[in-house]
Amino acid sequence: MTLKRRELLAGTAAAGVLLGSPTVLRAQNAPIRIGEINSYSTQAAFLGPYRNGWNLALEEANAAGGIDSRRLETLFRDDAGKPEDAVRHAGELVAAEKVDLLAGGFLSNIGLAVAGYAKQNKKLYVASEPLTDAIVWSQGNRYTFRLRPSTYMQAAMLVEEAAKLPITRWATISPNYEYGQSAVKWFKELLVKKKPGVQFVAEQFPALGRIDAGATAQAIAAANPEGIFNVTFAADLANLVRQGNTRGLFERRAVVSMLTGEPEYLDPLADEAPEGWIVTGYPWDQVNTPNHVKFREAYRRRFNDYPRLGSVVGYDTVNAIVTMLRQSRTTDTEKMVDAMEGLKFQSAFGDVEFRKIDHQATLGAFVGKTKLVNGKGTMVDWRYADGKDYLPSDAEVAAMRPKDA
Amino acid sequence: MSALAVQFLNGLASASALFLVACGLSIIFGVSRIVNFAHGSFYMLGAYLAWTFTRGLGWVGYGPLGFWGGILAAALIVGLIGVLIELVLLRRIYQAPELFQLLATFGVVLVVQDVTMAIWGAQDLLGPRAPGLRGAIDVMGQRFPQYDALLILIGPVVLGLLWLLFNRTRWGTLVRAATADREMVAALGVDQRKLFTSVFFLGTFLAALGGGLQLPREPVQLHMDMAIIADAFVVVVVGGMGSVGGAYLAALLIAQLQAFMLLVPDFEIAGLTISIAKMTLIPSFLVMAVVLIARPYGLLGKAPSHARTQASVEPVVRVTPPLLAKFGFATVAALILLPLIADEYGLMVATEILIFVLMAASLHFMMGPGGMASFGHAAYFGLGAYGAALAAKHFDAPMEAGLVAGPVLATLGGILFGWFCVRLSGVYLAMLTLAFAQIVWSIAFQWVAVTGGDNGVLGVWPSIGKTGFFYLSLALAVVGVLLLRRAIYSPFGYALRGARDSALRADAIGIDVKRVQWTAFAIAASFAGLAGALFAYFKGSVFPTYAAIPKSVDALMMVLLGGVQTISGPLVGAAVYMGLHEQLVRATELWRLVLGIAIIALVLAFPQGIAGFAAKRWAKEDGA
Amino acid sequence: MSVLSVRGLHKSFGGVEAVAGVDFDVAAGEMLALIGPNGAGKTTCFNMLMGQLRPDAGTVSLDGADITGLPPRAIWRRGVGRTFQITATFASMTVAENVQTALMSYRGDLGRFFARAATLHADDAVALLDQVGMADQRDRACGVLAYGDLKRVELAVALANAPRLLLMDEPTAGMAPKERVALMELTGRLARARNIAVLFTEHDMDVVFGQADRVIVLNRGKLIAQGTPAEVRAHKAVRDVYLGGGTMSGGH
Ligand SMILES: Nc1ncnc2c1ncn2[C@@H]1O[C@H](COP(=O)(O)OP(=O)(O)OP(=O)(O)O)[C@@H](O)[C@H]1O
Ligand SMILES: [Mg+2]
Repeated sequence: MTLKRRELLAGTAAAGVLLGSPTVLRAQNAPIRIGEINSYSTQAAFLGPYRNGWNLALEEANAAGGIDSRRLETLFRDDAGKPEDAVRHAGELVAAEKVDLLAGGFLSNIGLAVAGYAKQNKKLYVASEPLTDAIVWSQGNRYTFRLRPSTYMQAAMLVEEAAKLPITRWATISPNYEYGQSAVKWFKELLVKKKPGVQFVAEQFPALGRIDAGATAQAIAAANPEGIFNVTFAADLANLVRQGNTRGLFERRAVVSMLTGEPEYLDPLADEAPEGWIVTGYPWDQVNTPNHVKFREAYRRRFNDYPRLGSVVGYDTVNAIVTMLRQSRTTDTEKMVDAMEGLKFQSAFGDVEFRKIDHQATLGAFVGKTKLVNGKGTMVDWRYADGKDYLPSDAEVAAMRPKDA
Repeated sequence: MSALAVQFLNGLASASALFLVACGLSIIFGVSRIVNFAHGSFYMLGAYLAWTFTRGLGWVGYGPLGFWGGILAAALIVGLIGVLIELVLLRRIYQAPELFQLLATFGVVLVVQDVTMAIWGAQDLLGPRAPGLRGAIDVMGQRFPQYDALLILIGPVVLGLLWLLFNRTRWGTLVRAATADREMVAALGVDQRKLFTSVFFLGTFLAALGGGLQLPREPVQLHMDMAIIADAFVVVVVGGMGSVGGAYLAALLIAQLQAFMLLVPDFEIAGLTISIAKMTLIPSFLVMAVVLIARPYGLLGKAPSHARTQASVEPVVRVTPPLLAKFGFATVAALILLPLIADEYGLMVATEILIFVLMAASLHFMMGPGGMASFGHAAYFGLGAYGAALAAKHFDAPMEAGLVAGPVLATLGGILFGWFCVRLSGVYLAMLTLAFAQIVWSIAFQWVAVTGGDNGVLGVWPSIGKTGFFYLSLALAVVGVLLLRRAIYSPFGYALRGARDSALRADAIGIDVKRVQWTAFAIAASFAGLAGALFAYFKGSVFPTYAAIPKSVDALMMVLLGGVQTISGPLVGAAVYMGLHEQLVRATELWRLVLGIAIIALVLAFPQGIAGFAAKRWAKEDGA
Repeated sequence: MSVLSVRGLHKSFGGVEAVAGVDFDVAAGEMLALIGPNGAGKTTCFNMLMGQLRPDAGTVSLDGADITGLPPRAIWRRGVGRTFQITATFASMTVAENVQTALMSYRGDLGRFFARAATLHADDAVALLDQVGMADQRDRACGVLAYGDLKRVELAVALANAPRLLLMDEPTAGMAPKERVALMELTGRLARARNIAVLFTEHDMDVVFGQADRVIVLNRGKLIAQGTPAEVRAHKAVRDVYLGGGTMSGGH
């Protein structure tokens, strides 16, 4: 099942209908408007399901009467992967469309750019996807909150598993940009702390989206590591898997791999999905907690498709915002920010809290092993790693965050 | 030892893949002089169609055409699409000024992106593996994929077939003749139109073939077009435009360099750890810069024949007609009053357009009167932005100082890069500017300690409010544009235009052509830097995207759309392009499709650019 | 003393000797014609005299100073003007502006960024154009002129730096026979009045024998004859070359 533009458009049309009929609503019941900015045209594979999840939660909230009988509506904007465009959209949404808060963001740098805008213009920004640690730590600010488990958290989850392996010689493969660099940095730092004897014998940093997989695989093999930490994803990952499989790179080696268990990245690999990799991800078909079953069934009914991780992120971003609004009962920015700090809400994965100390949500991820079942990659032996257990101490966090945040 | 041998084979396989894409581009350029930006789109379409034929229709095995048949069929279909585009679009604008066709092919890129997404969806598609070639062969005890081994052979085979085609057929002889001297072939009474169409077919066919042959190696996805196009250009330029053998040589050089650099261990110089293996973005562009400096026409390229000294005669630059001057005054007056009527967002959009007007005017200065097209003008925009942002971040510089530091850094960049660039001309010069821009971008992207990498430099906000910043931008844009305009009408501007019109004559009346062009290059860089510095404060942050290819393309599109031969062209172009973009992104998800179609329509309607068209109409009415 | 003196000039292109040891002088006020069949090496000679090409061997002196290998712009500064076989003018400028640009260069204005060029030295430019009969076309674009008119503009441009030496490579190609004679008569008058040394090539023998004070003949890179028009016309080797390769009058 591929996601078509049509489905994305359906969302727009819905938003359009809402926009086109403001007079229907009485003034005091004016809708609460969320400005959502994302890289729809350049990251469509992830953001299609994300937007579905978003719309689902929005519909549920409105069906339940909205917030004090005010409807919620969203204005979506495509930043085409450019931070400068995202900032323009933020300006437009705030100044012209008078949105009450901003949300979205997939790429880290776009998240940071909008966070900067939010700080400068004192607007609430709920960053859903961007993984960079900077958005809550070194560049953290009062107005920005982030939902997804960060690079640090995902690395910490994997380190826990990697430390259990009886091996010491590691190599890393990671896309050469901030996300890949920090992932490797944290993985090394945390693993060495946990298991002082480990060595890192090779590092490869292919350019994002441009991996020369054969040569990279060869360079890693030449160092003969016992374990490989992989951070590549999407097309780079598929290239690496194919080349690595054919060349036997992964044989008799442990592979620990970030995000690879997410359906977004596992499903395109089809029957070539690697087996036995330790990954973070989302075994959507096996998570049977009440919250998740409810979400999965609703999603299936609404879109006739199974949820991806992006769907959960979209869904939970709206859930968090709705819960916050129900508490704050106002769209005054300062009050909303106060409500966001320490906010507890029900996510598809269970209880989640937006920490007061750094505005990071404690949403977790699933850690497990990959396996081929019926010619499709899936996760086995998985467990839910609650985000709150994979964060540095409060003192460390406080030291990283700017004083004025 | 065996590791080195296998790495060499890896390099050979990548070289073949690179060559297959690049050779078509080279052939098209050689004959038609079209810088075909849409080449990557044909590559991507070839891969998608091949996926559909071999796996996507849900049939058992590889489908009725088989694996190889599917790839060939896809390439043929894409070749026909190429013919269609040549017939309905490019054929109408061969007479337009140089590089104008680039604008048209850029429109095609945008359209193909959205159409592809609509047909195939957003998710990456993994193609089938080649029949009988799933495994590996043993090379000195190491496993090497069978398909990669086949690819190593396919490259030279295609090269050989092309050689036979060009050297053993009448058609090939004509193509070679046309590559060497287009006018001569026309004079021989050959039907140029047919020749161009058939060449375009061959070129797009090869691009699509290159895409299809990637199926067993990488997933088919929507970024394939942009990922490959820059590499393909590099290979074509390094090899020598129009030289197929050169393209193979260049592909080999670059692929081997990229394969072996991964094996270089980190080392330290003066306490600084240098990691060659990490600098994966730089080598191809560094190779291009070095080759172009040492051999201005690429490894195996030849200097274009001198007969084409005045292919497109530039129109005379006249004094500003009084009506236009009045219109200019009225526009500025209206802008001064804008804060009274426009809302905050309106002001923001106006500010952004003003900044890009300045950027476009600076590019026009070197491109129009200077005759030096730049594919890398974002380098100076980016340097300006980083200059301001880094001054603010590392030295706590106030905005006034940042607005000076930015242009200063950009000017220094312009002086350094310009020195090399002005030694070349035409498309080669443009490609060298691109190489330098990519180097600037790579540094911004990968020198994390100083630039913050892709996370950028944050918190560069202006010390004045939004209205104040609008007036600041207005003032600087107006002053900048007027200064550039003044320079065009000044004796220096005449020297510059003279150097462009006829370097031979300019030199013979005492004009130091290189020096004049170098100065113009630096001036253009400094005004682009000013625009970049303003942009940094406007957005509050600076990212490597400011120096990336899309920004260079934006600037180029503004100048071409407005009309490179008219001084008000870039102003009109920037306003139209930015305005269109801003409106469309808000109005529709399919903004790329609509923008692409709009660009194509504008190209067909105004082959001289919008302002160029207006100027012509004007002249006609004046004459009548 | 002669204005231009050339000694032992050599240039070959990949094994082919285009100019193979040429010596000659041009005196102030003298009209010297350099003739020879197509491909004889005339243009190559011109290119070495003004620096467009660097000689393989030999020297070029202007007023006794060695100028061999200097770039064209430096040689121009020393008072050499030139017209090209294939005209080289600034197509995006008007006729007058072409001359003005040369005048601006001569008077050191080209480094100015703020002056208005359109009005600078306009009268002087028109005066120069008047001399070559192009004043009434001053506002036309150079890109649209007839070929013969372009040659006239080039002459005006070449005169802008008040040259000591004028190099004219086929100055009358593309003109009607009557015009040719008229233009070269004009050149001759200017040369004598201003004491300019003129070296020109020409295929039209009526022009050559009517206007030149002296003629030198080049064939396959070598000088095969020199002297007054009458002497050269009578020269055996010259007759052989021209009878072998074409006619003695009329060019192409
Ligand atoms: N740049 C060059 N490269 C190679 N050969 C050249 C070059 N320029 C001139 N030649 C050759 O040198 C020889 C002399 O050429 P040149 O142009 O000087 O002759 P010319 O006497 O001016 O002829 P014409 O009367 O046709 O103008 C010719 O054989 C020509 O082909
Ligand atoms: Mg000649």
